[in-house]
Amino acid sequence: MEELDGEPTVTLIPGVNSKKNQMYFDWGPGEMLVCETSFNKKEKSEMVPSCPFIYIIRKDVDVYSQILRKLFNESHGIFLGLQRIDEELTGKSRKSQLVRVSKNYRSVIRACMEEMHQVAIAAKDPANGRQFSSQVSILSAMELIWNLCEILFIEVAPAGPLLLHLLDWVRLHVCEVDSLSADVLGSENPSKHDSFWNLVTILVLQGRLDEARQMLSKEADASPASAGICRIMGDLMRTMPILSPGNTQTLTELELKWQHWHEECERYLQDSTFATSPHLESLLKIMLGDEAALLEQKELLSNWYHFLVTRLLYSNPTVKPIDLHYYAQSSLDLFLGGESSPEPLDNILLAAFEFDIHQVIKECSIALSNWWFVAHLTDLLDHCKLLQSHNLYFGSNMREFLLLEYASGLFAHPSLWQLGVDYFDYCPELGRVSLELHIERIPLNTEQKALKVLRICEQRQMTEQVRSICKILAMKAVRNNRLGSALSWSIRAKDAAFATLVSDRFLRDYCERGCFSDLDLIDNLGPAMMLSDRLTFLGKYREFHRMYGEKRFADAASLLLSLMTSRIAPRSFWMTLLTDALPLLEQKQDDDIETTKVEMLRLSLARNLARAIIREGSLEGS
Amino acid sequence: MEEIYAKFVSQKISKTRWRPLPPGSLQTAETFATGSWDNEENYISLWSIGDFGNLDSDGGFEGDHQLLCDIRHHGDVMDLQFFDQERIVAASSTGCVTVFLHHPNNQTLSVNQQWTTAHYHTGPGSPSYSSAPCTGVVCNNPEIVTVGEDGRINLFRADHKEAVRTIDNADSSTLHAVTFLRTPEILTVNSIGQLKIWDFRQQGNEPSQILSLTGDRVPLHCVDRHPNQQHVVATGGQDGMLSIWDVRQGTMPVSLLKAHEAEMWEVHFHPSNPEHLFTCSEDGSLWHWDASTDVPEKSSLFHQEMSSHYAAQAALKLLSSSNLPAWASRGGRSSTFLSHSISNQANVHQSVISSWLSTDPAKDRIEITSLLPSRSLSVNTLDVLGPCLVCGTDAEAIYVTRHLFS
Repeated sequence: MEELDGEPTVTLIPGVNSKKNQMYFDWGPGEMLVCETSFNKKEKSEMVPSCPFIYIIRKDVDVYSQILRKLFNESHGIFLGLQRIDEELTGKSRKSQLVRVSKNYRSVIRACMEEMHQVAIAAKDPANGRQFSSQVSILSAMELIWNLCEILFIEVAPAGPLLLHLLDWVRLHVCEVDSLSADVLGSENPSKHDSFWNLVTILVLQGRLDEARQMLSKEADASPASAGICRIMGDLMRTMPILSPGNTQTLTELELKWQHWHEECERYLQDSTFATSPHLESLLKIMLGDEAALLEQKELLSNWYHFLVTRLLYSNPTVKPIDLHYYAQSSLDLFLGGESSPEPLDNILLAAFEFDIHQVIKECSIALSNWWFVAHLTDLLDHCKLLQSHNLYFGSNMREFLLLEYASGLFAHPSLWQLGVDYFDYCPELGRVSLELHIERIPLNTEQKALKVLRICEQRQMTEQVRSICKILAMKAVRNNRLGSALSWSIRAKDAAFATLVSDRFLRDYCERGCFSDLDLIDNLGPAMMLSDRLTFLGKYREFHRMYGEKRFADAASLLLSLMTSRIAPRSFWMTLLTDALPLLEQKQDDDIETTKVEMLRLSLARNLARAIIREGSLEGS
Repeated sequence: MEEIYAKFVSQKISKTRWRPLPPGSLQTAETFATGSWDNEENYISLWSIGDFGNLDSDGGFEGDHQLLCDIRHHGDVMDLQFFDQERIVAASSTGCVTVFLHHPNNQTLSVNQQWTTAHYHTGPGSPSYSSAPCTGVVCNNPEIVTVGEDGRINLFRADHKEAVRTIDNADSSTLHAVTFLRTPEILTVNSIGQLKIWDFRQQGNEPSQILSLTGDRVPLHCVDRHPNQQHVVATGGQDGMLSIWDVRQGTMPVSLLKAHEAEMWEVHFHPSNPEHLFTCSEDGSLWHWDASTDVPEKSSLFHQEMSSHYAAQAALKLLSSSNLPAWASRGGRSSTFLSHSISNQANVHQSVISSWLSTDPAKDRIEITSLLPSRSLSVNTLDVLGPCLVCGTDAEAIYVTRHLFS
């Protein structure tokens, strides 16, 4: 065993007193049963009244959220699409497909997040609202992590474009700026708004220099005294060299231009051009990548990874992926400044910047309350061929292990089990056996549901499960006195023994009532009749009745004869057969029938004789 | 079929039905009902696709359907039918049949009437009852007919507390669906491939006619009658096959069409445009069958549309009632034409008879369009009304389109 990754969390079960009474527990797939026992070592005589309930402890609680159900259902379709991506595809087209899949997953997370947010706002009960809000922040963290993984592991952006992706990432997740911007611009005199300089600073921090320039022009219009320096600042913003996607310039050219621009900024600082305006000077320091100036804006940066990206933007815009981890670690240290310790989210992001995929997945598994995230992310990264080398010391590889956990959670849910089937299908090693174990535990309350389960089993050639389901349904039908249904199910299961049992019931009913029930079925057995001798007999015997009823006496007689000679009739039914022969014997018909009659007579006499001998023999014996 | 809107609703949808339009109305459909199954709590819900005054950026109405109201339903919703504009009849897996009433003023649903043990099993030799799922319901104001796993047929009247007529043991196997043929005759399909016609004027518990698939006794899951030609009936089976029957003649289907890869859960003729037929299946597909043979240009238009769709597969019409099935293999993904030569004169003559019954493969063309973009879990239900189609799936999504024929 490996060492524990952290202290396991304690879940208290209300009403259960584990100090006084001993506990009993049992593992199920995805769930655990817990109850108190009345077992007490010390005082055997005194029975402490214990808790009368058996508790079901569920591991994957998020499966039961109404809103997250949409996430599970929608992402199921994306998952299937991903599994069907042609393995042959390579290079660019494969990468672009994988990136699209990743974006689809993220948009589903975002849709859920928005709905959860709406519900949180609308919640009347504050406790309820808080619960939804915490779900929103979990979903938001999930999307943040996924997005970073997409940039680093799937997109694999090289130096240059890497920073553009990271900027988009920060802009997407620190989005308060848009409402602030609307607020400021909506006011009568934007440049006199309390938050005006905050807004400009945030725009600069996020590298949105065009918008920042437009803001500055408002300030220039409002106060002519500072118009000059505002224009200089605006020019600096405009001339900052950036990599644009369509541009053909090389990285070296860009670095050279950037160096010149940086030196120009430096000169303005040394000349104290902006000394009259502390706001502008602070902006200049930010644009020079001055760490102290950046750290002064902690409030506006709101988190260390924003600090990291801004710092890179203004000090090392062509950062190489391999150097990211160094900047990430130091940014985290600088930002927290020893005041607080990193939280799980910080560790996850840091691991991602270090390109340690396994650490990311491990930390996420511990921190998040569902398997959805790690299962789907791991599967996607596996499709990017990033996890090949990693095998677990138990079960299969990590992808399969996580998918199995997720699918088991779905199967524990009374309704979502259908989704789980497809996940098991794509677990080559243990998926099949897991499905076999889970599928038998699905309660079958209607035939329609049974048919759906049967279809799943039949598509996967799970003959054992098919037989067992049909048998359950046949037994149920017998209990409900639905012999026709019971026979249908045993025919479908190709269960000869059960078909015999049901056929016997039919014959017994006939003997008691003198007529057949369920003729619509028995008359239309077709080739299914051959399943068991007794069923064949039932079908043929009914055919005899039909012929007799249609006054086809010759055919009826020869069929009856063949029923007698073929020895498939149950012993208890011989008397009935012989009685049936009587009216035929008494009829006056042509020669053909005569010979049949003679044969019948001979046969029945021989039988009778044999029985007489046996009886006599047994009488003597006793 | 450009705009098909999907909405995830956090419950598996077993049934969906458009609310009928008032007679003579020129409106298009805008309200539909859904029923859920296999949830811890199941619901009957009413949805509106009408506008709520909010126009989207293109000036069109927003595509999403909005929940109007819902009500708890005990057990899985096995079938659902509108009785009239306000009342909905639901069949439950608990054997209960409930009439729900919609109050448009305050947008609520309430229980209007209930027959709690409409379907039940009797144990062998004991008087104890256990409930049996009610699998199908059909309404023809004021009558309601239900069928169930117990092989029982009930005839209810909305204003009667007790069943007007009950046929116990009407079928030895499970009855899967029921529809009116012409009053007072009904049609049922069962789990051993039989189509039975019952006449309520006759006493006793024998059907007036039995039609059946020969051979494999493949269970039939759904049935629908041609809206104008009442002798033309379509059924869907466990093997995904579409069968067309002429109940006036013969005991076997007129044609068998290879369709879906798994159970066909529902089949519907378009109520006002019966040359069009719609089917959905456990294999996750939803198909539009077009048997209108009138305008040759139209087919080329459809062909283009077809190729853009995902997996519309060719159906091959193969069998006339006198022949044994002789299956040909499936055609390519978008090859939909069944004919090699098209004779317009013959078609004009033929259109007097139903195009679904014609047995000459040389003149038959049925074009099939797959309406859903990607397949996953079962499409359990669909309904069509005018240019609108709605369907519900086990992937907990409801799809709606308002432009079926555009």
